[in-house]
Amino acid sequence: MNIDKKITDDLVANDISFVTTVPCKQLAGVIDEIDARKEIFHIPSNKEDEGIGLCAGAWMGGKRPAIIMQNTAIGVTINTLATLIQYYRMPLPMLISYRGELREPVACQVEMAVHTKALLAQMNIPTYHFHKQSDVEELDNILKYTFMCNKPVAILTDANFWGGYGDQ
Amino acid sequence: MIRSEILKNIAPIIRDHLVVCNIGIPSQELHAIDDQPTNFYMLGTMGLASSIGLGLALSQPKTVIAIDGDGSVLTNLGTLPTIANNPADNYILMIIDNGSYGSTGDQPTYAGKKTKLERVAEACGCDNVIVCRAEDTGPALEEAIAAKRMAVMVVKCESGNAKNPVITMDPVVIRDRFMKAVQA
Repeated sequence: MNIDKKITDDLVANDISFVTTVPCKQLAGVIDEIDARKEIFHIPSNKEDEGIGLCAGAWMGGKRPAIIMQNTAIGVTINTLATLIQYYRMPLPMLISYRGELREPVACQVEMAVHTKALLAQMNIPTYHFHKQSDVEELDNILKYTFMCNKPVAILTDANFWGGYGDQ
Repeated sequence: MIRSEILKNIAPIIRDHLVVCNIGIPSQELHAIDDQPTNFYMLGTMGLASSIGLGLALSQPKTVIAIDGDGSVLTNLGTLPTIANNPADNYILMIIDNGSYGSTGDQPTYAGKKTKLERVAEACGCDNVIVCRAEDTGPALEEAIAAKRMAVMVVKCESGNAKNPVITMDPVVIRDRFMKAVQA
């Protein structure tokens, strides 16, 4: 299974046509795939709160958005999630590279990893953790759930899910 | 001339378009001057009016005017490269530059000192930057709308605020009303 293609196919099948990204090494493949798809308008952002603003505007304009980012961004976006996405009740799938988990080579990434689920729980954000490749089978249902309930929803994808970091 | 006087002058122009209005006193002023379903008032999240406006403009064909401030643009400077590189010809970012953080007690911003936002926007790649005096905002805005070309306007005005009540409308009502106006 090509995981990058499968994720992108699920986004397209759920009519997600506006995707903003802040890159992470683990996400490089899926970002390339999204960039190549004509059904999706891909707009890279400079910071994740900016990206969430773009998504809020796109949704009010009639498009289904998504953001792709690293878990360090949870530290950047708490206020935006609370006062924009949750306060105005908007849907936002967040596909998140969960750095600092098993098979992580960079120690500093662990410092935000240990806070990631606690912060999401504190925010009452529905959170799913993809650890094995087969976990991706839930993505389609998670996307449907997100646009059913009009909430931000986090999908944490760790290094094991992506197949590790190779020789980094 | 202060921001509320500019908003009074341009109210008859912007009421026919989608408006995303900056947090705090700017939204309170616009709400008091001319509340419209086509106004999206930001009640929080400083800095994101320009991003919300761009996302909205890229996703539907109606003209979008984001009314932002110098302090808010400074807090989200990364917005200017994103705007420059993803042009939407139905988008006007109007930065009302009074050189101060009006909603928090008129503390000076760096835009009121050495930093020139119009030059920042140009350096970021925005190729239609319009600088105007507060008194000329109406005609300049009408011209920018008619041009159907993405524009970043920097409107220079004096620091100061009108006294208005806070907006008590429920955020979901603001958003729902706005989305219906977008689709109308």
